[in-house]
Amino acid sequence: MIELANAAYSYGGGDILTELNLRLAPGSFHFLTGPSGSGKTTLLRLCYMELLPSGGQVNIFDTDVRNMSRDQVANTRRRIGVVHQDCKFLDHLTLAENIALPLDVSGRDAEAELGNLNELLSWVGLSKRADALPPQLSGGERQRAALARAVIMSPDVIIADEPTGNIDWEMALKLMKLLVELNRMGKTILIATHDLNLIRNVKSQTSARVLRIQNRRLQLAGADL
Amino acid sequence: MAILRKLSTLLGGDQKADRVVPPSGYTARLTTFTAGAMAFLAVFALALSLATGRLADRWSAELARTATVRISAPQGQMEAQSRAVLKVLETTPGIKSARVLTDAEQRKLLEPWFGPDLPLDDLPIPRLIEVVEESAGPDIEGLRLRLAAEAPGAVFDDHTRWRQPLVSAASRLRLLAAFSLALIAVSTAAMITLAANAALSANSTVISVLRLVGARDTYIARAFVRRFTIRAFMGGLFGTLAAMLAVFLLPAAAEEGAFLTGLGFVGWHWAYPLLIPPLSAIVAFWATRAAAFKTLRGLT
Ligand SMILES: Nc1ncnc2c1ncn2[C@@H]1O[C@H](COP(=O)(O)OP(=O)(O)OP(=O)(O)O)[C@@H](O)[C@H]1O
Ligand SMILES: [Mg+2]
Repeated sequence: MIELANAAYSYGGGDILTELNLRLAPGSFHFLTGPSGSGKTTLLRLCYMELLPSGGQVNIFDTDVRNMSRDQVANTRRRIGVVHQDCKFLDHLTLAENIALPLDVSGRDAEAELGNLNELLSWVGLSKRADALPPQLSGGERQRAALARAVIMSPDVIIADEPTGNIDWEMALKLMKLLVELNRMGKTILIATHDLNLIRNVKSQTSARVLRIQNRRLQLAGADL
Repeated sequence: MAILRKLSTLLGGDQKADRVVPPSGYTARLTTFTAGAMAFLAVFALALSLATGRLADRWSAELARTATVRISAPQGQMEAQSRAVLKVLETTPGIKSARVLTDAEQRKLLEPWFGPDLPLDDLPIPRLIEVVEESAGPDIEGLRLRLAAEAPGAVFDDHTRWRQPLVSAASRLRLLAAFSLALIAVSTAAMITLAANAALSANSTVISVLRLVGARDTYIARAFVRRFTIRAFMGGLFGTLAAMLAVFLLPAAAEEGAFLTGLGFVGWHWAYPLLIPPLSAIVAFWATRAAAFKTLRGLT
């Protein structure tokens, strides 16, 4: 699905990340950990083409990202649901409209998927907040809504950047359960998190692998987790 | 035709694409206002162009056709000289016909200056001969020499002397008016481009979020293009209608003032200004589209 071959990235100074080799097989479940500022978000941004590698190669759905046309990039992103660390909502649209945004921009009939939307809203516990504007929401509510938006297109790959950072333990477990279920349905999942307890919890439910960024490189974390 | 189809789908459907970009308050009104002002100016430039065109056509048509020979001679020689002049004119190639103006006609010409009861016979008034030229016209210099030899009191006046500069002035004015129209179109494009760029950068976060959730460039561009096209059209419509009303209400004056009041539209020429609002919309369509795609190319 997503493959990095000796990829590197630099924001302009030196390389933030180098010699990245990673293969996300279909249906796999990966965690990404590492100290703050180590480059987790940067690695994820390479995986959905917000950034293009400054060296090496990134292939998404078997296509080199550098060879994709702009429309191909858009189409590919519709198959990858992303929970951004800062959520990235449109502040003038209601929560429900924000969650349905991927449907709208891809020309799918959001009205027809209303049932789906309502179900998702209640899943993330936001039914009552559907008409609120994003700035009126708490950090946790925003993260839950971001997860709802990430999965509404029923994408092949789900990438989440600290999706449980502002959420209480119970809600975090509930969201993880949703992701585990989606993974059982065959979705490929990649989650960046600091929360080792969360990783342990998921590992008890399914076989997840843990990647770690250290010294600008990607390593498979040991079995101590 | 392709443009029209694009415009109609643009104006017709997809309110949703419109919603994803927040409404933009006063910049929108400024765009509408400026498009209206430009349309207003365009109507006057158009009216000027059409009026000067008419004027130049009429003058040059008359100019090509007629000339006069004026004979000032002592009473006794008048008849002889008139005959001599007519004879010269008859044998000049390029002249269709020539005839002496009757006393009644001459009186009518002088009436505005001297009143109706002019004792024409008692005054040493020059005799006038009206000359109708063929389209090629005679060899003026040759004709003048022959007239001087045959009838020393005759002066050939081909009107060119004083009308030609007027005709060139009218043609030049028409050119300037057309140039002004082009300038107005280009300024409208520039103004829309500036406004569109302002809107695009004010909404850069919105645009990048839309890209990230899988929106294609055309989808994002459409939201902006649609707005600016509608604004330019509505502004253009108001400006055009206001200017047409102003032209329509220009006070009518008689023949003498024709140059000034001739500024209106004549007959079906009233349809011309109605092209301005759609043209304004087309200019806005392309200007915004170009600006939007240029901005989008800078994003992943
Ligand atoms: N747009 C940018 N321009 C320049 N440097 C950047 C930019 N974004 C991030 N960086 C730098 O790149 C490094 C990695 O940032 P990144 O956001 O990927 O870290 P992270 O592992 O996600 O951190 P956190 O756990 O705090 O979210 C940091 O040192 C950061 O300062
Ligand atoms: Mg981060």
